[in-house]
Amino acid sequence: MGLRVVTQWSGDGTLSEVANAVKVKYILVHCYRSSNYLARYFEEKFGIPWIEYNFFGPTQIFASMRKIASLFDEKIQERTEELIEKVYKPRLDRVIEKYRPRLEGKTVLLYVGGLRPRHIITAFEDLGMNVVATGYEFAHQDDYQRTLHYIDKNATIIVDDATAWEIEELTRKLRPDLVASGIKEKYQAQKMGVPFRQMHSWDYSGPYHGIEGFEIFARDVDMAVNGNVWKFIKAPWQQ
Amino acid sequence: MGIHHELNIKDHLECFRNDEFKKMIENKRKQFEDWVGEEKVKEVAEWTKTWEYRELNFKREAISINPAKACQPLGALLCALGFEKTLPYSHGSQGCVAYFRTHMARHFKEPVPMVSSSMTEDAAVFGGQNNLHEGLQNAIALYRPKMIAMNTTCMAEVIGDDLNSFINNAKEKGLIPADFPVPFAHTPSFVGSHITGYDNQLKAILQYMTDYFEKYGVDK
Repeated sequence: MGLRVVTQWSGDGTLSEVANAVKVKYILVHCYRSSNYLARYFEEKFGIPWIEYNFFGPTQIFASMRKIASLFDEKIQERTEELIEKVYKPRLDRVIEKYRPRLEGKTVLLYVGGLRPRHIITAFEDLGMNVVATGYEFAHQDDYQRTLHYIDKNATIIVDDATAWEIEELTRKLRPDLVASGIKEKYQAQKMGVPFRQMHSWDYSGPYHGIEGFEIFARDVDMAVNGNVWKFIKAPWQQ
Repeated sequence: MGIHHELNIKDHLECFRNDEFKKMIENKRKQFEDWVGEEKVKEVAEWTKTWEYRELNFKREAISINPAKACQPLGALLCALGFEKTLPYSHGSQGCVAYFRTHMARHFKEPVPMVSSSMTEDAAVFGGQNNLHEGLQNAIALYRPKMIAMNTTCMAEVIGDDLNSFINNAKEKGLIPADFPVPFAHTPSFVGSHITGYDNQLKAILQYMTDYFEKYGVDK
């Protein structure tokens, strides 16, 4: 896009990068639940504005790229458009073309932390899937307000700090084709015979954000939902 | 089957090894990181193998590196898991139990039931009794355990919550049945390790149940 990334936190950041951070024009916040505190401090102390972006799934990736480009001059905007149209879009269109027919109409129960309960929703939708329930473990009020922008208010259930029991009941009632959550919920879902994908630390695969990430995400979701292993084990409602 | 191969999707390790990422990482290093250079890295790596560094390392007193221990509640919860139809209950904030469940699920490859009294700022100021009472009622209603083995966390210990009186109050108020066993151990995370925690909880359960059986009989 022609932008100069001065520093990235916290992964791979160094002290000199942190020291340079006060000179930047904009701060882009990926993880809202932790970095927003830093970003807000920078805004108050140094007057550096920040925006939140979303790099999960092509719809949001391109929207975010355009949003970021719009902060800068026309040259950047033109390059961004070119990059999207000529490089990234064709690349991700191929992924969607392959996987969407296999995943169309499948339902997902999403239960993670940070910003993913809202940001990943559109990535699933790009693959033709519906998120029927989403939830946070440690969210604050503003997280829920932001979530409302992403969901169909009449069709998606939002849960807060669900217990193991509540997730089990929810899975039984909603009958999702995929449970996307963390390790605590993994064996519970799999023992119920429901396909599962780890969304938290991506211990086994990933990343799921960004251009490369969406390819991996689509592949992993397909492997989980259409995995042959699930033909041998039935969910409680299929028995 | 061929679908994944056709797109040639690279996983996390490989996907960052292509030229585009290599160039990006190199640029970042050159322009922003104030990097000391390959030579210096090698020099320091060599130095860490010397006797001089060893002596310096052993002289450290303020920190310990990679301590092979975790905090007391972890051991206490593990101990409680070993008893039949027992629900491990941690009197503290949600985060503690969430991480222990993660840890245990990863280790045992099984879903692990554990609950907490979900204490927040107000509990830290006014004491955790209300949280504990509500938690006990909910836990019994949802999970129907035969016994709840309780332990404390840093937060409960710092504010000085007294589990004995809290549990007795719950029984006196009729929130939980008077003959429902709730053994409890005080396991502050800032003292000892998961091993002490395990021992504390085990001792607490054995002690409590001895009295309990004397009072109600073994058949109960």
